[in-house]
Amino acid sequence: MRLVRTGYGSNRMSYSALIVGNFTGNFMGNVVGGISDQFFDVKILRDMMPGLLTEAVKNTVIYTAVAFPMSMIFGLLLALGRLSKRRIFRWPASMFVDVIRGLPALLTILIIGLALPIAFEFRWSSVGGRFAEQYLPQCLSLSLVMAAYMAETIRAGIQAVPNGQIEAARSLGMSSRSTMRKVVLPQAFRIIIPPLTNELAALFKDTSLLAILGTFDGGRELLQYARGFANSRANSTPFVAAGLGYLAITLPLLRAVAALENRTRRGPKAANTAAPAAGAPA
Amino acid sequence: MISIRNLTKSFGTNHVLRGIDLDIAEKEVVCVIGPSGSGKSTLLRCVNRLEEPTSGTITVDGIVVTDPKCDLDRVRTSMGMVFQQFNLFPHKSVLGNLTMAPMNVRKVPRGDAEAWGKAMLEQVGLSEKVNAMPSQLSGGQQQRVAIARALTMNPRVMLFDEATSALDPELVGEVLQVMRNLAGDGMTMMVVTHEMGFAREVADRVVFMDGGVIVEQGPAQQMIDNPQEERTQAFLSRSRTR
Repeated sequence: MRLVRTGYGSNRMSYSALIVGNFTGNFMGNVVGGISDQFFDVKILRDMMPGLLTEAVKNTVIYTAVAFPMSMIFGLLLALGRLSKRRIFRWPASMFVDVIRGLPALLTILIIGLALPIAFEFRWSSVGGRFAEQYLPQCLSLSLVMAAYMAETIRAGIQAVPNGQIEAARSLGMSSRSTMRKVVLPQAFRIIIPPLTNELAALFKDTSLLAILGTFDGGRELLQYARGFANSRANSTPFVAAGLGYLAITLPLLRAVAALENRTRRGPKAANTAAPAAGAPA
Repeated sequence: MISIRNLTKSFGTNHVLRGIDLDIAEKEVVCVIGPSGSGKSTLLRCVNRLEEPTSGTITVDGIVVTDPKCDLDRVRTSMGMVFQQFNLFPHKSVLGNLTMAPMNVRKVPRGDAEAWGKAMLEQVGLSEKVNAMPSQLSGGQQQRVAIARALTMNPRVMLFDEATSALDPELVGEVLQVMRNLAGDGMTMMVVTHEMGFAREVADRVVFMDGGVIVEQGPAQQMIDNPQEERTQAFLSRSRTR
């Protein structure tokens, strides 16, 4: 199967053997030079280009960019389901969220990417051609995993909107649906922008789990791409390159989270100095 | 206008309202006073069913509010409510707060809703704040916007739930002035308040509640200056010495 085609098993053996050999050799000789050859080999780095950007980074970004909005929509539906008064919405939503959060993401990805096609005797390529095979199970499984976590974040955001907001809207004659849409959700999403950004960073890193599914040349994400090079060159530089690729995206995101959190923490205070009585206790 | 019959409300074993009967006529201003925990806010919140009564009936303008088949959203448009904590929508500008209900409930086009909202804002004397965000306003200004927002639906009754209790003392006056004007315009008002001076001056009738029942009610001046019941006397002398 696909896993075999990416050379997961056999190459790894030779790779680890070589690494061990290399390390021993290097420790006998120049340790510093060995480390820089092992982790910062400019020639290997050059060989990884341009695929590192045109394939690996590109696909990682695509998986993230598709899975994030999908999981947000699905997560919102799950959150509304969990908060619903009606059991037929609440139970399935709670069940789904709990099960997905209780499973390792890797297992969910394997179930959707491999187990479902085997069980129901279909190929993802038959759903929508080569493109579907390359992106559909990947984006779908990531979205489902992420949606379960997102649902909890969104639910927390909805519950963080003060009850007085709902009462004010309802007392004006607004229906519960338009209260949710016009009053609660806009405020809830403002509240959860920092944790949502956090989850975006998590999702970006979790695309690496998709390596387990294997894929065509041209469809590899960062980790898988790096691993292929590491295997064939018996060198760790590709992993360093992959790490830098992840950090290039995640570090700015995490800094943004910190900045956003600072802003929201300062927010209410700033409002209070503008309006001294606004926050006065009852 | 409002007719409350044998209303009770319990939170578990805590009986907050123990059989309330109260009628409020059209254009009448009724102030409900009493110690905290007496059930006066709960009574007010039962009228537009923000609180679900345990038993009893409430009729507003001929519609039985406590009927389970009653179209609550529709009835609520005829009752404006003003809260202690203002509850302005913080993500909307002042004008956005004022157009929210007309546009979403009555489907009024934006242009008309904005013109109407500005007219309401003028009534509370805040025309210059039309584009401000709620967080940029003082508490008194926020509460006046909240009153204007409640007026945008053209209510037949206004319910005030301790509208000045969260305000700094120097900001209470401007809100009371707006309420006074509203009463002068002939609005039917049910006002839960701690402002005895306001009750005495503006209310037609004052209702004193304690322990979930109406202890005493009567014309405002007589009630404040010369209460008959011992409990009312004790409460009023306490709030005077404060």
